[in-house]
Amino acid sequence: MSTVFIVVVGMLTAASIYMFLARDLPRVLIGFVLLGTATNLAIFVAGRVGSMLPPLVEPGAKALAAEAANPLPQALILTAIVIGFGLTAFALMLVVKAYGAFATISIEEVDEAEPRPVKPQPEPLAPAFRQKQEAA
Amino acid sequence: MPGLTTLALIGPLMIGVAGAILLALLPIRRPAMAASLAALACLALYLPMLPVISAGGSLFAAFWGSTSLGIVGGLRLDGLSLIFTLLITGIGALIFIYAAGYLSEDPRQKRLVVFLLVFMIAMLGAVTADDVILLFVFWELTSLASFFLVGYKHESLKARKAALQALLVTGSGGLALLAGLILVSIAAGTTSLSGILSAREAVLAHAAAAPAMLLIILGCFTKSAQVPFHFWLPNAMAAPTPVSAYLHSATMVKLGIYLLARLNPLYQNEVLWQGILTFFGVATAVTGAVLAFRETDLKRVLAYTTVTALGTLTMLIGIAPALSITAAMTFLVVHAFYKAALFMVAGIIDHETGTRDAASLGGLRRHMPLTTVAALLAAFSMAGLPPFVGFVAKELIYEAKLELGQTAAFLILGSFLVNAATVAIACVLSWRVFFGEARGFTQAPHDPPKTMLAGPILLAILGLVAGGLPTAFGNALIDPAVTVVLGRPAEVTLKLWHGFNLVLALSAATMALGVLFYLSWERIVPRLRSLEAMDRYGPAVGYERLLAQVIAGAETVTTTIQHGSLRGYIRTLFLVIATACIGTLIIRGGFAWPRLEAPVDPRLGIALLIIVGAIAVMVARTSIQAVLAMGLVGFATALIFLSFGAPDVAFTQFAVETLLVVILATALMRLPLRRRDLRTGHEKTVDLAVALGGGLAVALMLAAVLASPFDPRLSLWFGAESVPSAHGRNVVNVILVDFRALDTLGEITVLAIAAFAVVALLRRTPETPEKASQSPNLAKSEGSR
Repeated sequence: MSTVFIVVVGMLTAASIYMFLARDLPRVLIGFVLLGTATNLAIFVAGRVGSMLPPLVEPGAKALAAEAANPLPQALILTAIVIGFGLTAFALMLVVKAYGAFATISIEEVDEAEPRPVKPQPEPLAPAFRQKQEAA
Repeated sequence: MPGLTTLALIGPLMIGVAGAILLALLPIRRPAMAASLAALACLALYLPMLPVISAGGSLFAAFWGSTSLGIVGGLRLDGLSLIFTLLITGIGALIFIYAAGYLSEDPRQKRLVVFLLVFMIAMLGAVTADDVILLFVFWELTSLASFFLVGYKHESLKARKAALQALLVTGSGGLALLAGLILVSIAAGTTSLSGILSAREAVLAHAAAAPAMLLIILGCFTKSAQVPFHFWLPNAMAAPTPVSAYLHSATMVKLGIYLLARLNPLYQNEVLWQGILTFFGVATAVTGAVLAFRETDLKRVLAYTTVTALGTLTMLIGIAPALSITAAMTFLVVHAFYKAALFMVAGIIDHETGTRDAASLGGLRRHMPLTTVAALLAAFSMAGLPPFVGFVAKELIYEAKLELGQTAAFLILGSFLVNAATVAIACVLSWRVFFGEARGFTQAPHDPPKTMLAGPILLAILGLVAGGLPTAFGNALIDPAVTVVLGRPAEVTLKLWHGFNLVLALSAATMALGVLFYLSWERIVPRLRSLEAMDRYGPAVGYERLLAQVIAGAETVTTTIQHGSLRGYIRTLFLVIATACIGTLIIRGGFAWPRLEAPVDPRLGIALLIIVGAIAVMVARTSIQAVLAMGLVGFATALIFLSFGAPDVAFTQFAVETLLVVILATALMRLPLRRRDLRTGHEKTVDLAVALGGGLAVALMLAAVLASPFDPRLSLWFGAESVPSAHGRNVVNVILVDFRALDTLGEITVLAIAAFAVVALLRRTPETPEKASQSPNLAKSEGSR
């Protein structure tokens, strides 16, 4: 079964990267969610799968039965799912707001913070200095 | 006496620093005069040391050092240092007085004065430092200070370029120097300069001795404007005249000469050292002399004669015998006197007539008698006329070369021509400008205020006095310095009159040829100027090209890395991750191929559902379809959790996935949701390749993890401690709320912050596109709806 999981996690990761690289923000957001799911699955599988028994201590027993599922990855994934949800909600708001501000959902058109290619230009003189120079 | 020594060595630096800070902070009305007082105070501290030094002593004072860095730290004053400190402080004091007059109407005078003072401290530190690292720090400080001084008229493009050029040339030379000094101190086992000099054998026997020497020479050559680095010096004439008079006559450009002289005891018997210094010295002297004849701007002419003088000094150090070192030290002082005076005279002429063009000026004598006297006296010294000290120096130079015999014939010829050219230039600067018919000015100029005249007149008279008392001058100043540079005392007495001999004949011939050059000056200058090849080729052009290429290269790198495409950044990110993962697996041999089990598990169907969902997300035509496919993946994952013993996770996943799909679908309704994937087919192929690479990397890593042995200790501990320690039977819950309770608290906090942020974002502005009417993008997206 773990072989299948390896393929599943690989496929999910590939799908999420493919969506990450999309030109529109909603698709990027979907890639974001998928990457979370893929990671959760990877953690789950890394803690070894096989048992169908939930990690509950039997009434009367003092310790977890040996054949129960591994509880540690489950705890980690629970935290991750909730945090991922919060993050997705926040990112979604940013996407909506970005559309409001730039009227586009295309990543490449939202580039206010990016540098434009520099063209070498003759050194500009401040107007005050230019006058001074001419006077001199 | 130790207290006095410390005071004499460290006192000037303290005075300079305190003076610079006070000048910068306090509203002092005449900052230049105050700075002149500071320079005089420094001079007054150094001067009492003259008897000790003349008697052959040297003074040492501990200064800043760092044991952890192996920097010894210390200042030393000996014959060589003393000459420089006296020149720096003495000429400095005169320059400050001159600046008070020259810049009396300049509102920024204070800034110039403060930087000049900083420069003076740096020079004093550099020539008295007894530690190579300390020396280097002061050395670079002079470069920095000169950057601000040359670029003082920062509104002029020319000044900025000249300042940058001087900084880049001397700065890169400084780097070479640092490397050379470090190599030498490794070989000597100490950074102390006197320690290095006394560890001569060890330094010369070291494997890197020759590279170290070449690097040091490179540093000195850039600083002292030797060919092929001479081009920055004339350009630095964009500085105000007080700066040129100070930096480019007596101080900054002599620093390279200082270090060459300082290290001469170490290298004087090395053939390479002698050869390089002699060859480049002569080349520099000749180049400067030729280029001086292409200029008519007084300051640029002076700058090229400075290049000539620096070349002569380098050559004299390279020749090495006692006579030539004596000549070098004498000429060093002589040159500082007359060159500073002539620079100041050039500034006065510029100040009074508004032009520095030697070709158009003439007959200033009648209007500026005192300036004329100063200029004449200085020019006589420059031309090497008796009884001026310049004559003493020139005689010595000729004598030193004649001593070498026939092998040095080309040296004699070179310096004969160079000296003749110097005589001609001296004539241009004095005779042509001040005598003959009056021209080159409209209003009648007059002598400048006393402040501006004091410097040139005093320096010119000093040249005369030193020439008149050559023995005293030699014994007090020159001999101690020569002893330091040679490493042993030299038995050379400075004399004004050597009798009728070959040297005197050479001097007379030089005069005659010089006057001949001067008479044909008006014809030589246009001839040389019309040689355009001299402008088109040469190190200056090379510098421009190199600089342009560096900038172009930087632009290429920037636009390649910072291309501004978010997709590109993300692609790079994932490619790096994938390469790093797969690369590590290849290097470390971590590939693990999972064994294929019999696929009879019914849960396999769920796994297939995820894969189908993932593919559906990728090929979805509209965003809404992609959201639905994403939901499919989420629910299938929840089913996986459920069927592998993780019901809590499964329920959380169900809840979150449902919410996500609903929220995404609702929120995305406001967006052009039915928009298709905007990528072109080619882009999609590339992206798919990147995505598959990333997926493969993650899959391989997971396979490697699964193939390695599982360590269950932590899980077992949680399983065993859950009931006894936390009284809970659901181990996952116990981990979350007991064992990792702080984590969970943090998680809740993050969620709360995200919720607040979302609410704040939602409240701020309406979500309708603000630029809807202007933006062409919206039209596109409307069209695709």
